[in-house]
Amino acid sequence: MARRLAPEVNAGSMADIAFLLLIFFLVSTTIETDYGISRRLPPPPEEIKPEVHVREKNLFRVELNQVNELFVEKKPLRLKQLKAAAIDFLDNGGGVDTEYCSYCKGMRDPKSSDNPNKAIISLINSRETNYEAYIAVQNELISAYNELRNREALRVYGVSFTEMKVQLKDVNHSGDKSKLKERIKEIQAMYPEKLSEAEPLTAEL
Amino acid sequence: MSIFKKKPKTELPAISTASLPDIVFMLLFFFMVATVMRNDTLIVKNELPYADQIEKLDRKNMVIHIYAGKPSSRYKNVGTEAKIQLNDKFAPVQEIKSFVLEEIKSKPEELRPFLTTALKVDKDTKMGLVGDIKKELRAVHMLKINYTTKTGQASNNIQ
Repeated sequence: MARRLAPEVNAGSMADIAFLLLIFFLVSTTIETDYGISRRLPPPPEEIKPEVHVREKNLFRVELNQVNELFVEKKPLRLKQLKAAAIDFLDNGGGVDTEYCSYCKGMRDPKSSDNPNKAIISLINSRETNYEAYIAVQNELISAYNELRNREALRVYGVSFTEMKVQLKDVNHSGDKSKLKERIKEIQAMYPEKLSEAEPLTAEL
Repeated sequence: MSIFKKKPKTELPAISTASLPDIVFMLLFFFMVATVMRNDTLIVKNELPYADQIEKLDRKNMVIHIYAGKPSSRYKNVGTEAKIQLNDKFAPVQEIKSFVLEEIKSKPEELRPFLTTALKVDKDTKMGLVGDIKKELRAVHMLKINYTTKTGQASNNIQ
């Protein structure tokens, strides 16, 4: 009796099929995850409580005009110098008594901000300003806050602020997350992000 | 002649390609898993500005995308003024409200407080348009936003 063997299936073309699929997925892939500057908008205008009086010295005016020129406190400034200027302002700690800032390392100039809690950065832009320039300025201001927060976090906890944020998002982090959250909040309270944006001005003619 | 006769003996055995499909399949599975299909077809120019103080937008299902920029070259007939793109078509500013509310409605209830709006705005857009978008978002209480950027020095933006 002749035993009939099932004929072997030729698997030589399997590689070709797999290659075809592979090339399809290679072409259609976008591995980019989105990165960006996260911000929180203020609530709608009708819900904002009337402004508490802000002293002029606690206000840092950053202005971008319609031809993308940067003005800080009415004086023109290069973008590269903005971060240092913002840090000087935030970290000044010129206040005394109740407004004394124990961790500030600034100049303690009585003409500049009293305390990081009081210091407000006001960003004004024109309707004609380029988005690109606006993002650059936002980026510099946020990096000023981040640098100060990193410094304090390193001093108090020995870990930088950005590192703490990464750890908080990391699923494999072994430490205590609620404690970490608390620490992040504490550092944020030391240098709260007070960035106010007014309505864009229409170009003055 | 003896030289020629010796040759067949020293011939190397053919390399087995039997594992080739396995390797290719491995690659294939990697790309299948890593692939995120683009769900919006861009009809506006979308060259993002650079920034380095950035955060990752990880949960894809918790992001609402709004694009803005000049119409791309295929859509020159609608003009050269920067426009807003919602889903797959151009939209006036007033439509953002209904668009965002609809998007919020389509997400599961427990995710709704964590939704973020990603603004993918072309770098040559004027801030007036971006300001209008932000105003609309504020009106519907969609306050968490993210200016999507490319990674790089911010000084690349202003030359």
